[in-house]
Amino acid sequence: MPSISNALQTTIGRKILTGITGVFLTLFLVAHLAGNLTLFSPDPDAFNLYAHFLHELGPLLWIAEIILVVLFLAHAYIGISIYRRRKQSRPENYNYYNSKGGPSKQNAASKTMIFTGIIILLFVILHVMHFKYHLFSPETYMTTINGEEMVDLTRHVETAFHNIWIVLGYTAVMVLIGFHLKHGVWSAFVSLGASNPKRLPVIYTVGGIVAVLLSVGFLFIPIYIYLRHLFGG
Amino acid sequence: MSNENMTIHLKVWRQKGPETKGFFEDHTMDDVNPHMSFLEMLDLLNEQLMEQRKEPIEFDHDCREGICGSCNLVINGMAHGPELRTAACQLHMRKFSDGDTITIEPWRARAFPMIKDLVVDRSAFDRIMAAGGYVSVKTGNAPDANAIPIPKHEADLAMDYATCIGCGACVASCPNSSASLFTGAKISQLAHLPQGAPERKKRAVAMVNQMEKEGFGDCSNFQECEAACPVGISITAIAEMRKEYMKAVLS
Ligand code: HEM
Ligand code: FES
Repeated sequence: MPSISNALQTTIGRKILTGITGVFLTLFLVAHLAGNLTLFSPDPDAFNLYAHFLHELGPLLWIAEIILVVLFLAHAYIGISIYRRRKQSRPENYNYYNSKGGPSKQNAASKTMIFTGIIILLFVILHVMHFKYHLFSPETYMTTINGEEMVDLTRHVETAFHNIWIVLGYTAVMVLIGFHLKHGVWSAFVSLGASNPKRLPVIYTVGGIVAVLLSVGFLFIPIYIYLRHLFGG
Repeated sequence: MSNENMTIHLKVWRQKGPETKGFFEDHTMDDVNPHMSFLEMLDLLNEQLMEQRKEPIEFDHDCREGICGSCNLVINGMAHGPELRTAACQLHMRKFSDGDTITIEPWRARAFPMIKDLVVDRSAFDRIMAAGGYVSVKTGNAPDANAIPIPKHEADLAMDYATCIGCGACVASCPNSSASLFTGAKISQLAHLPQGAPERKKRAVAMVNQMEKEGFGDCSNFQECEAACPVGISITAIAEMRKEYMKAVLS
């Protein structure tokens, strides 16, 4: 029997790992969206307090961040390896190629996983530089809530999303994340062994719904903030 | 359904051998009977080529009844042509229209090296089978039929996977050239039968390792293989293979 580490380097292992990392990244997105939606809480300080609470976790937060970075990079690395292996497995491509339709899940979402994935990778780097390290801001805005000084993340977010180009950029990337998840959620289940023929169509539909909810949930934020600013809310 | 003969334009892949460059050769046939099978149409073309003292087109075929899995043709960009659950030998010219241009290419995958024209070497599948696609049997007298009870549900599942004819359409149609549907079908078929139990773990590992060694790609769950499969094997075979493999490794 191969060792677990050897097993994870086979075609099965690669899929188990993309599947597991993909599921955890998706769960992270759910948590991230829930956190972001505190921006619209009736309490205007809710979002800042939430961010402050996370920072106060200290080492716990660092551990969570390290795990997240490892999951993310492992997922990206394996995704790119799968794509490279695909290129090697068919050195001479078809001159004419068509999907046969029927049960096939070849569509705009599944065919662009590597493209949407790489965009997500680049986006996340910029996004972290933007909102975690405030590299694109002239200064780090501070505020005092309940006598405690903390970063005014709400102001950072609102300032950014008053810029139409940032809003359009975020919206485009959120749509691409939706595409990644439309195929990704379903694919992860099959990679992890979902084999009940009655449940597979349900998983595909639910995957599509999760993709739309996450995508629309995230892109709602910049668009709403921009429109509120435009019409003086 | 018209019985009129059809005119068909063909773009057929010709390649002298593995080392030479291939190209598309154009042929027009004015006398294609709509009730001919696709392979009969190619037979007719080959007869015409031989009459003109030209080299006939090499293509693989044997049973011509959809059970041997040798008729590997990518027709109009689809493994075995446009009809679902149909091997190329069972495809009929009435599926096409008078005046159509039809492209024919070989299976394309690194693990299926080119031999000539439309014929490729699929012995990679034989090596995957040899690695573990068998069961141990007692020699001697034939055992009583039905001596081992198998629940109907399990027997049905095993039978569904056993319908794989090993044609390689899954590899040919897969954007990644993955052989997961083939290997998955073989592993899952035996995993559902008590006869497969003694080598169950060894089999999953050995067949997966051999598939990997042959240079097939990974499975991205496109499910194109299921669409191309002439017997419609479900990709549940692939999910089952993954479970079989991981169970074998973890136990
Ligand atoms: C928020 C971040 C991300 C989430 C939630 C996510 C989610 C997923 C999920 C659930 C899958 C299906 C896994 C499977 O097929 O078993 C997947 C597949 C994939 N992901 Fe991501 N992903 C993310 C970021 C990335 C990044 C940064 C890349 C960079 C290249 C990437 C590339 C891929 C590729 C290529 C696949 C297809 C793998 C295959 O062909 O089998 N993803 N993703
Ligand atoms: S020739 Fe045997 S399956 Fe087509």
